[in-house]
Amino acid sequence: MNNSISLRHLQVGQRARIQSVTADGELGRRIRDMGLIPGAELQVMGRAPLKDPVALRLNGFTLTLRNNEADTITVTPQE
Amino acid sequence: MTLSLDRPITVALAGNPNSGKTTIFNHLTGARQHVGNYPGITVEKKTGQAILDGRMVTIVDLPGTYSLTAYSQEEVVARRVLADEKPDVVIQVVNAGALERNLYLAVQLMELGIPLVLALNMMDEVRSRGDSIDLMRLSQLMGVPVVETVGRTGIGIETALRAAVDLARAKAGQPWTPLEISYGPDLDSVLTAATEAVEKSCRSSPPKGPEAVFPPRWVALKYLEGDQDIREADFLTDEAKAALDAAGRSVGKHLADTLQSYPEALIADFRYGYISSLLRQDIIIRHADVKGRRELSDKIDMVLTHTLLGPIIMIGIFYLVYRVAFDLGSYPMDLIDQFFGWLGESADALMPEGMLKSLVVSGIIAGVGGVLTFVPLILIMFLLIAFLEDTGYMARIAYMLDRVFRFFGLHGSSVMPYIISGGIAGGCAVPGVMATRTLRSPKEKLATVLTLPFMACGAKIPVFMLFVGIFFAPEHQAGVMLDITLTGWILALLSARALRSTIISGPPTPFVMELPPYRLPTLQGLLLHTWERGWQYIKKAGTIILAISILIWALMTFPALPENQALQFTQRIAALEEQTAAAEEAVLAAGGSLGQGETDRAHLPEEQALTQAREALGAMKNAEASATLRHSLAGRIGSFLEPVSKLAGFDWRTNIALLGGFGAKEVLVSTLGTAYSLGDVDPEEAESLAEKIQADTATWNLANAVSLMLFVLIYAPCVVTIVTMRAETGGWRWPLVSLFGSTLLAYTLAVIVYQVGRTLL
Repeated sequence: MNNSISLRHLQVGQRARIQSVTADGELGRRIRDMGLIPGAELQVMGRAPLKDPVALRLNGFTLTLRNNEADTITVTPQE
Repeated sequence: MTLSLDRPITVALAGNPNSGKTTIFNHLTGARQHVGNYPGITVEKKTGQAILDGRMVTIVDLPGTYSLTAYSQEEVVARRVLADEKPDVVIQVVNAGALERNLYLAVQLMELGIPLVLALNMMDEVRSRGDSIDLMRLSQLMGVPVVETVGRTGIGIETALRAAVDLARAKAGQPWTPLEISYGPDLDSVLTAATEAVEKSCRSSPPKGPEAVFPPRWVALKYLEGDQDIREADFLTDEAKAALDAAGRSVGKHLADTLQSYPEALIADFRYGYISSLLRQDIIIRHADVKGRRELSDKIDMVLTHTLLGPIIMIGIFYLVYRVAFDLGSYPMDLIDQFFGWLGESADALMPEGMLKSLVVSGIIAGVGGVLTFVPLILIMFLLIAFLEDTGYMARIAYMLDRVFRFFGLHGSSVMPYIISGGIAGGCAVPGVMATRTLRSPKEKLATVLTLPFMACGAKIPVFMLFVGIFFAPEHQAGVMLDITLTGWILALLSARALRSTIISGPPTPFVMELPPYRLPTLQGLLLHTWERGWQYIKKAGTIILAISILIWALMTFPALPENQALQFTQRIAALEEQTAAAEEAVLAAGGSLGQGETDRAHLPEEQALTQAREALGAMKNAEASATLRHSLAGRIGSFLEPVSKLAGFDWRTNIALLGGFGAKEVLVSTLGTAYSLGDVDPEEAESLAEKIQADTATWNLANAVSLMLFVLIYAPCVVTIVTMRAETGGWRWPLVSLFGSTLLAYTLAVIVYQVGRTLL
């Protein structure tokens, strides 16, 4: 089954599991430093007033990234 | 206290940003701290002394990092300290609430092999969440001592230090013992070969530099990760480098073909895999759902980052910060100002006439006073900024405003420096430049530093007031002042965009950033941080600014008037002084009063004569000052530049004032006054100057008034700002770009405005 979507398209409050991260270079490194790696679970906590960046809850902490940075991450939404 | 012959132990503090590392450092060292910089790098390097059982322990605070790669300046510094200073042991401060991510750094430290102690910080927050962590088990599995700490209250900090000192003693003299984890079959085989190449290279030409401490496998791994610092290092033989490059290429291609991945990403995956395999062994014990700080923090965020409420509250907070800083700061600033005014007057009265007096009064006292008046402002400003940062609100500001600022090639965190610099009219660029230190994105920071002097800072306001007062009807004046502030914003943002697509071009630094839970800052942390900034400013700025104020004084004083001209002035002044004295006697003989400024009420002819004599004397002194100024180097530069500045509508007098304004924008109005032979004009009450300018219709009209205001808004930042820029950008290059770039932009705009205005009027 293939129900993976870009992280950008998750709704606020929705939970998902990371499928893949395609970012490389500095962005890829920063994303990995934060623990955004395949298999990690996350929840969308909110979006900034101008709908960008997005705030995510990861294992025990909150982080934020821009929509175009979120585009490099594909996720599988969870029920 | 017993004297020890032991070598003092050095402990390095490592940890993620927001892990509470600074609080622990402050707790360990108290006021025994020293803040320094690595040459050419603006990341701070803090060291301090802790005392354990009567012995000194040196503590080095590494910059907060998530990783040990060499992408950011923070990481470069952290690694350099580890290699250069070879601390005996590292304490990693771990945010126990986000164990997985924090151990990512711990694993990298262990791969380096340096003796490590984990301080599991913020355990109170973990407990309030209803969880607990099995420290014993974590310690066994990781093979390093683990200590529980609560930085805010100081619990466990001494235990952590003792564990570190014990470990340092136990490991003294032994080589580092690196952890070796598996990176999967593809990488492991390549890594083994690569490690052999490094070992062979080290045998044939042993590295002499600090790199000697790096274990060969770690060097090989960094090479495969594509680490710039290690690749460019020159301790490996060319042969070894060729072998490593070949190995990297072949495994890179293989990974791309089979896994659509690349070595660096795969290595990170395996590190995290190693961590989760550890944590899965009952390290974290989750109890019932207890509502804790995290939930409270989420609720606060629902209000403070709300689509509608968020921005409104944010504007309110900006306004509050600004008002508190400048309203509260004005009292001590006025006091310092008055003190130096008094000091200047005293020196003026006590010292004999001459060059030395002029140097002391106008050069040194005015210069030092100019530097020190900023100190209270900087202290209050940084107390507020430290508060916003430590509570976690600063990260929310960046989060909410990033979308806007990104459009101009900046970062959400750029907003605070702009506001402080005069984004709300009346700020100051000096603390503004210092506030950019919170920006962890180098390019965005640079663009912010170079454009924030365009804001309408407090020292430029009197110039605007003067000309707006003369050339605009009272009902339009407030509107024009607002337009000036907005012009500052627009030009700053557009210039930032232009800079980011030319000399500071490059893709935006990734935004990926932590939103730490809201916390109440500790008073000690706030005060230490504030004092640090204030002291740095006094130390760094004080010396250079003093030198430059003396230089500017000299520019406006030398060369002195030629002897015959000076003699003429002296003779005329002496004659007028005699006349005045005679007139005073006449008034007293006629039974009148010597009170000044009573022209209207003067009923005796003798009193009228006295007033006239005094006016004539004052005018002559002012004429001398004006002639001296015109004759000085500054005056000559002003006259020399007149053909060029005429295009923007400025005559030689304005040029001198602008030149003086480079020293400090505050002197713009008073220098213009001196040039107009008005003597010392109080910038706050410049009616006499306003009348003079209004009367001088040959020089002044709306076109060059607007052109001058625009020029003053944009042209070269003052000396204090330039010096602060040097400290924040780590060299003279960018301050010079700012100096010449701003002036060129200001001149271009001023010429356009003046020429267009002249044709329209």
